[in-house]
Amino acid sequence: MTTSLPKTTAGAEAAVTPPKPSESRLGQLRHRPEAGALIGTLSVFVFFAIFGGEKFLAGAGTASWLNIAAELGIIAIPVGLLMIAGELDVSVGSVLAGSSMTLAIVSGHWGAPMIVGIVLALALGLLIGLLNGILVTRTNVPSLVITLATLFGLSGLTLGLSRVTTGTTSVAIAPDPFSKKVFGQLIGGQFEVAIFWWIAVAVVVTVVLQAMKYGNWIFAIGGDKESARATGIPVAKVKIALYMASGLGAALVGVIQTILYNGAQVANGQAFVFNSIIAVVIGGVLLTGGYGSVVGVLLGTLTFAIVNQGIYYTGWNSDWASLILGILILVAVLMNNTFRRLALSHKPRTAKKA
Amino acid sequence: MTAPLLRLTDVSKSFLGTNALQDISLEVDAGKVLCLLGDNGAGKSTLIKILSGLHKPTSGTIEVNGEPVTFDSPRDAGARGIATVHQFGGTFPLMGVGRCFFVGAEPTKGFGPFKLFDKKLAGEIAVREMQSLGITRVTDGARLVGSLSGGERQALAIARAVYFGANVLILDEPTAALGVKEAAHVLRIIMQARAKGVAVILVTHNVRHAMMVGDHFAVLIRGQKADDFRKGERTREEITDLMAGGEAMADLEAELAELQAGA
Repeated sequence: MTTSLPKTTAGAEAAVTPPKPSESRLGQLRHRPEAGALIGTLSVFVFFAIFGGEKFLAGAGTASWLNIAAELGIIAIPVGLLMIAGELDVSVGSVLAGSSMTLAIVSGHWGAPMIVGIVLALALGLLIGLLNGILVTRTNVPSLVITLATLFGLSGLTLGLSRVTTGTTSVAIAPDPFSKKVFGQLIGGQFEVAIFWWIAVAVVVTVVLQAMKYGNWIFAIGGDKESARATGIPVAKVKIALYMASGLGAALVGVIQTILYNGAQVANGQAFVFNSIIAVVIGGVLLTGGYGSVVGVLLGTLTFAIVNQGIYYTGWNSDWASLILGILILVAVLMNNTFRRLALSHKPRTAKKA
Repeated sequence: MTAPLLRLTDVSKSFLGTNALQDISLEVDAGKVLCLLGDNGAGKSTLIKILSGLHKPTSGTIEVNGEPVTFDSPRDAGARGIATVHQFGGTFPLMGVGRCFFVGAEPTKGFGPFKLFDKKLAGEIAVREMQSLGITRVTDGARLVGSLSGGERQALAIARAVYFGANVLILDEPTAALGVKEAAHVLRIIMQARAKGVAVILVTHNVRHAMMVGDHFAVLIRGQKADDFRKGERTREEITDLMAGGEAMADLEAELAELQAGA
């Protein structure tokens, strides 16, 4: 056993007896379904480190994929939570555009204080989430269809209202220094402040999912809705709250982008619809619900961002990025299934080692 | 004289004018096993749904400890100590044993909005309760439910129901999907629950399993109670014949004999 352990832990091993002398760390990792996602992230990183060369590994290169990952991650984490609870949300693209335009019109075009625009933009996200949640829980229509309807509905509404109020589809804004610092700062001229928002969202959601009873409810609802209802969990309320969280995440990215780029366009954000699902699925969340983790979603997001940006550093035509992502999704899903099967067949008792 | 733990008097249920259940009267006492026998479509599921609060009876009364009750939801039935365990245990395959055991009733530690789910305690209790039902193979609360056998999942669901104060345990075909050994284990667990003073309603079409654990039996045919008897009052053949509809079975036998003779 000791031979398979990394050298650094050998000292600690001798000092204290490990609580579970059943398997090595590496062996236990094999039974965690996130293992597949981790392998995926490391593989693409190594791949682009080799073919992308020094530029990919330098500050600018790192910033380029971290920035992409941060914005995507803020949306993908709550979308992942919803998927764990067995529901989809594809309306995030329009929520992002709608909240961007809300902020730009209210605080840019009309000149209201920044804070008013920001609060209204975030409120729009919550409102659309509430609408999605109520529609999904009150009707028996699959959530894909309902959120597809809000995706298009809100997109049309944003376009129409923007043209009616401003006569154009892109509105400029001059954020005050404070808002710029909180939402749109480029740290060291490269790293978006969104990275910290992303970390904050990840920490909060990890605590809720892993260490609070609400997390248990989310897993149970995604695992078996009927059994969950029979135990007395407020299934509808939990789902509505999750849709509101997903709307809030998308609206936050809308605010961040608007302040970062000093303006908003009605067509912003539609790429996040599929990209968030890709990140979540690569991250090992079960599309049908009942399983997933924030760590997995983080890894899935990083994988997506590295492929998306890494391709530019290889000198190859960026057309190939989508092909790589397509293959990656397929491989990731198959690999995740394997790891999930391993986890399900894992019986600690049979692993005897001393 | 004390009232039975659960008593149904003339309970009927009709859906759109079709009678699914007609004038069913049943009693079950603490520490006894009532076996509800019947072929598919006899009305067993409807009766379970009424008892577990999913359906309301069209007419008739339900009494718990002599007190008339109406159930508006499974929660109401649960509050009266009636718990239903379904065929596949109603458990979540991708959750740990401890998490699964406490869904909807998570033990917490800490204060106010920062109450954290005490997973360690949940796991310990779940493992302890399962072990008290003779499941010794499960020692880790983090073990995924999906890695348990069918019988172990049933045991988890039964342990959960008993832990949360069920006086009446309704088991819907618990042995139907299990192998011989696993089924034997579930039957043993039923007897353990019975010994703890729980009233068990075992719904099954397996006469053999019913006869091994039952104190009291009721046979449902097309929504009506066809027979009602105590342990030892009927033979297995009599019960099987009755469930299959007696005469119809005799006709079928005659017909098959004719076919055989003809061949």
